[in-house]
Amino acid sequence: MAWFLFIILAVFTLGGGLAVVVTRNVVHAALALLVSLVAVAGIYLVLYAEFLALVQVLIYGGAIIIVLVFAIMLTRSADYPRTSDNKQWPLAALAAMGLLGVLAPAFVINKVDDTEAHSAAFSGIAESLFTTWAVPFEVASLVLLVALIGAIIIARSGPGEN
Amino acid sequence: MVDLVWFQLLSAALFVIGLYGVLARRSAVLIIMSIELMLNAVNINLIAAASHLEGAGSFARFDGQLIAIFIITVAAAEVGLALAIILRMYRNRSTVNVDEIDLMKW
Repeated sequence: MAWFLFIILAVFTLGGGLAVVVTRNVVHAALALLVSLVAVAGIYLVLYAEFLALVQVLIYGGAIIIVLVFAIMLTRSADYPRTSDNKQWPLAALAAMGLLGVLAPAFVINKVDDTEAHSAAFSGIAESLFTTWAVPFEVASLVLLVALIGAIIIARSGPGEN
Repeated sequence: MVDLVWFQLLSAALFVIGLYGVLARRSAVLIIMSIELMLNAVNINLIAAASHLEGAGSFARFDGQLIAIFIITVAAAEVGLALAIILRMYRNRSTVNVDEIDLMKW
């Protein structure tokens, strides 16, 4: 059962990812990215990481896709939906294949034997987040605040502009 | 039971797809999407390791999942900032194609 779910979700993840990088239409790319991200949330469920699956759907499926669609809308990329790749795409494909050729054997050769996924309770994550990881948690909130203020300052019109 | 290595291979494949997108795409919005794919690949790897290798080495049980939460947080901040920069770029240059933003190229 886990194998069946894993294969289905992996097909959706990789298919969505491939569609993002090959499609000519920017809006289709955003929708394919949504498929891929939700399938990744399913992968987290196969790994018994329920909380991460929830966070993935809420933040990626909700917030980030919406922001990207806004970016497409505000820059009128959708008016010119035929985008083209740059001239170095064969080189990019070669570099990507090369990296896969390094990563995949590395994972297969250093295979960890006899592993099994364990579930992780919500309470354990919460306890770890607010004890061991309390300082990074606070720093993360500061990062979000700085990013928010920075985004407002960058995006607003300066004096003399309309 | 699905072994850890399959999740790692899935993560490697997704990362490579994202890398190709970053290198080959012209539109800045599509490059941001490809970066999201790469971040997701890293998250799959972290969470797979966290649930398969609990308490291995010097890492506590939930550390992989917590690092993934922080990555998602930073990704959200990054997308917000990227939208602002893309909007600014579009307003100044009327394009979002990164190979036309060549003011600092020599």
